Amino acid sequence: MATIKLKVNRQAHTIECASTTLLVEALRDHLRLTGTHVGCDTSQCGACTVHVDGKSVKSCTMLAAEADGTEVTTIEGLATGGELHPMQAAFREHHGLQCGFCTPGMIMSATDLCKRVPDPSEHEVRHWLEGNLCRCTGYHNIVKAVRAGAAGMRGGK
Amino acid sequence: MTTNQGIGAAVLRKEDRRFLMGKGQYVDDMVLPNQTYAAFVRSMYAHAKIRRVDTTAALAAPGVVAVFTGDDIAADGLGGLPCGWLIKNKDGSPMVEPAHPALAQGKVRHVGDPVAMVIATSKAEARAAVGLVEIDYDVLPAIGLLADGVKPGAVLVHDEAKGNLCYDWHIGDPAATDAAFAKAAHVVELDLTNNRLAPNPIEPRAAIGVYDIAADHHTLYTTSQNPHVIRLLMGAFTLHVPEHKLRVVAPDVGGGFGSKIFHYAEELMVTWAAKKVGRPVKWTADRSEAFMSDAHGRDHISHARLALDAGGKILGLQVSTLANLGAYLSTFGSSVPTYLYATLLSGPYDMPTIYAEVKAVFTNTVPVDAYRGAGRPEAAYLLERLMDKAARQLGVDRIELRRRNLIRPEQFPYQTAVALQYDTGNYQATLELALKQIDHASYDQRKAESAKRGKLRGFGISTYIEACGIAPSAIAGALGARAGLYEAATVRVNPTGSVTIFTGTHSHGQGHETTFAQIVADKLGMPVDNVDVVHGDTDRILFGMGTYGSRSAAVGGSALIKALDKVIDKGKKIAAHLLEASAGDIEFKDGTYRVIGTDKVKAFGEIAFTAYVPHNYPIETLEPGLEESAYYDPKNFTYPGGCHLVEVEIDPETGVPEVVEVAIADDVGTIINPMIVDGQAHGGLAQGIGQALYEEVRYDAEGQLTNGSFMDYCMPRAADLPNFKVGNHVTACTHNPLGVKGVGECGAIGVPPAVINAIIDALTPLGVTDISMPATPEKIWRAIQAAKANKGA
Amino acid sequence: MKDFAFHRPTTIKDAVALLRAHAGGKVLAGGQSLLPVLKLELAEPSDLVSLAHVKELHDIRLDGGTLAIGALVTHDQVHRSPEVGKAIPALATLAGGIGDAQVRNRGTLGGSVAHADPAADYPAALVGLGATIVTDRRKVAAEDFFTGLFQTALAHDELVTAVHFPVPRRAAYAKFAHRASKYALVGVFVAETAGGVRVAITGAGAKVFRLASFEAALGKKLDASSLAGLTVPSTDLNGDAEASAEYRAHLIGVMARRAVQALA
Repeated sequence: MATIKLKVNRQAHTIECASTTLLVEALRDHLRLTGTHVGCDTSQCGACTVHVDGKSVKSCTMLAAEADGTEVTTIEGLATGGELHPMQAAFREHHGLQCGFCTPGMIMSATDLCKRVPDPSEHEVRHWLEGNLCRCTGYHNIVKAVRAGAAGMRGGK
Repeated sequence: MTTNQGIGAAVLRKEDRRFLMGKGQYVDDMVLPNQTYAAFVRSMYAHAKIRRVDTTAALAAPGVVAVFTGDDIAADGLGGLPCGWLIKNKDGSPMVEPAHPALAQGKVRHVGDPVAMVIATSKAEARAAVGLVEIDYDVLPAIGLLADGVKPGAVLVHDEAKGNLCYDWHIGDPAATDAAFAKAAHVVELDLTNNRLAPNPIEPRAAIGVYDIAADHHTLYTTSQNPHVIRLLMGAFTLHVPEHKLRVVAPDVGGGFGSKIFHYAEELMVTWAAKKVGRPVKWTADRSEAFMSDAHGRDHISHARLALDAGGKILGLQVSTLANLGAYLSTFGSSVPTYLYATLLSGPYDMPTIYAEVKAVFTNTVPVDAYRGAGRPEAAYLLERLMDKAARQLGVDRIELRRRNLIRPEQFPYQTAVALQYDTGNYQATLELALKQIDHASYDQRKAESAKRGKLRGFGISTYIEACGIAPSAIAGALGARAGLYEAATVRVNPTGSVTIFTGTHSHGQGHETTFAQIVADKLGMPVDNVDVVHGDTDRILFGMGTYGSRSAAVGGSALIKALDKVIDKGKKIAAHLLEASAGDIEFKDGTYRVIGTDKVKAFGEIAFTAYVPHNYPIETLEPGLEESAYYDPKNFTYPGGCHLVEVEIDPETGVPEVVEVAIADDVGTIINPMIVDGQAHGGLAQGIGQALYEEVRYDAEGQLTNGSFMDYCMPRAADLPNFKVGNHVTACTHNPLGVKGVGECGAIGVPPAVINAIIDALTPLGVTDISMPATPEKIWRAIQAAKANKGA
Repeated sequence: MKDFAFHRPTTIKDAVALLRAHAGGKVLAGGQSLLPVLKLELAEPSDLVSLAHVKELHDIRLDGGTLAIGALVTHDQVHRSPEVGKAIPALATLAGGIGDAQVRNRGTLGGSVAHADPAADYPAALVGLGATIVTDRRKVAAEDFFTGLFQTALAHDELVTAVHFPVPRRAAYAKFAHRASKYALVGVFVAETAGGVRVAITGAGAKVFRLASFEAALGKKLDASSLAGLTVPSTDLNGDAEASAEYRAHLIGVMARRAVQALA
């Protein structure tokens, strides 16, 4: 067993779990933050992407124990006061989601990109998203949404 | 319209907010009190006799609540998974329908075939105990490849299916087709494989069974595209509980693409086991499990011949197809290579005669069933490859050959040689629009520019048709369908005028919560925010057949229109009473009832309130309340179609192909929400390009699945695809009230042959004449090498 | 996943002691190779020794002609490091092409090197540049370090602490990626070093290897034209459904030419 202290979405938590518990399991099963999804078992699909200390990681490929002492942000922590984050708003505006299952991971990945590259080109967006699979949108509108979301983030909106 | 949110408006989606905030409720997100976790013991062999299953060690493992085997479900009389469409052989005899038990009994027939179910108090304990179930197998030779299934002396997957044939079916007129070939100036022949695909919605399947002992009532939460169909099949065939004792809920579902239509063993088992163990039972597939248990798509081998006259006009078509059904008949597996494939072989072309034969084959592989397009992509691929080959053989331009053969607008309704009657379309218009969108006039400049960079550029075209909203029930029934093909809707007007609608269709990405609200907004003249759309729950919705085959708007939307018309009509009677006029003198427009030609009006909200607070009401002749239901059974299929154009660049050194331009023009009928329609096209195109370039489920000859993970099965990523230019030319469907045709599958149907045709076009100067799907870099490189060697020889 | 004890030492010494104490123990760096292995239960360690809190493993230092990168430096850090970009831009490019963004945010140089995946990118750079692997107790030349399929010269209780890369005159990496996994089907690292031209190939064999024939040809004239007519026998190369041995042999030639053309 392991005792893990971490902050999730700005709130401190202590989790008692098996040492084998993955970060995604700690989030979904222990904290009931089910916005972070699991779509594969080989670290490819990216549906489980969250931020650990500000960087996008696949929470299915990280032990909860490795997140001890870190600050984690999940999709549930992105909107503030019921107001959508600019990236969330851009996904809606540009129809960047259909079934919604890959969306949380896609958005967490995209916000990491736009923090590093405030105005990414289409090419940069498409390559950055290599770690996120979507089966619904053909990525066309996701790419548009990410670039629009980047503009929203630049505007501090 | 008092709002700009009706039919035709690009309304932003109502459902998005919950998905964007991580507040969707998918099956795996649900946690029920006291729930247990199921894991399945699956066969690692493609074909084996089960000598003995020993559950002793597993039962003794920590946390294990129960272990069930095929014997347990047999003892309880659990029914096998049924097939929903009876196909008849050429001689009129019925197809072979081998038993498909939810847990294997006596034999396993594919890798992943479930043998036992372990239930434990945690997911980890259930998975750990899976390894403790001891199974003694007697391994048998297996059929891993379709072509091997029909070889003389092949091992039998089912003893009762001689030659591994499920059926040997045909359609069309063989004599007339022979005659057409006899007088043909040109005969074009082609052998083709349509590659096997894994649907891979990003949400894996999941199910939770719940049993309420006090009410003797079952609930199943499941990742389904059609919960009522699942309830029907479980009630009548598998679980044998009456429908009022079974509720099936499909909450938020993370994509389906066909693979979540079917009734699967796991959802049956959790429902059954929940009663056995007295606790909720939850199961969620991991991706590896999905690869070996979700129904796959496609997997055809065909030989095709096209007869043309000297002027390049098509005289007839002959097709002979082997279709892989996998180890068992999946729910609609039998219908895909017959009524959803061979009936489409006329394509958008005026074709006097067709004869097609289909042999459906059992193999030791996962069952094959409908996947986005389902039969129609196979037909389109075959025809469009043939058309290109014909153009090369005849020395006619590919676009020109299509122009000579497309059905002309004045020929509608057009009766094909393979049973269907197309109601409307304008294939010339979509062809011209697509050519304009891709700026085909300046193609040569782009080709020259590619050449400067050392790339071979190719142009590919596909003019296609599909059939959606499969119907009418009576005709489908006569052809072997074992279900109705109508749809149901209820419109509940709440007392203060807001509206809740209940639809039997299911949205798992299609945006029904928005588009169906738009239909209501359009008809009743209210904002979409005043409309809630309920779907996916058999206890809340009167009935429904669900969402598949691009049917939701065409069939479900039509049912909704019918129910709305009933609401409006009843409202007229109430308005007539209030306005002291006759109902015949009342018109309803923009949310207002009016005595025609006067300024005497009543708002819709007032009528709704009066219906529920009937103080001044024609109570002698009219019931209170304002809620209406309707069923709609279509008169015909709808026939979307269009033209898909692709430009590729090939790196001749490595063989790497890149799709650099995609421009399409579809005719999907009336468009309810252009933003959503374009999004559907995008997704279909990605899957179609996936089939053409990236995707293929590979089995070896022994039936081992060799690429059952995202490490090996190549899913298209953002960097693998270009932007898409999507255009529409609308001809309204003539036989449904909305004029809609359906858009869900167009991309997956039209684009694969356009991609392959573009690759062959790029390589034609080198002497390459054929490339199979998926066109991998190595295949292209090898084709180039072989062509070079040929030229040298 | 089978249960294990999880340790987080803060010094190299403690980490080594833990490994010594637990014969069934394994080192955990960024976990991007190890976690998938554990999830598939292809390894069942009794103990995991996490290096995340060992401070001295996180530095990047350019010291004269040597670029020293700590074992726990992530691929993303290498990709974005100004020191790496200045000294060996090819290495920064290579790191930026490993896996995907999320993998690069967690995966580490030391983890990749110790895992010795035959299709990993880093081994090509290490062998191509003639790098030295620094462990808690010794220094090993890259060519002696990678001993086979997922095999290295490391003892069970030995830790990679850093890699020292001699700064080359010019270098470039050309990768042909597996379309699904993004690992290298063929990756060719070409470097013009003080000791001559080196060509290292990853993805194509059981382990990274140098290609003497290409090195000799490029040693005469470091130009893509020098490789004209040179072929690679496919006999000992990997072959699978994604790429046959013959195709890999062909790709080695193409990727080597492209790497030479990209030399900077």
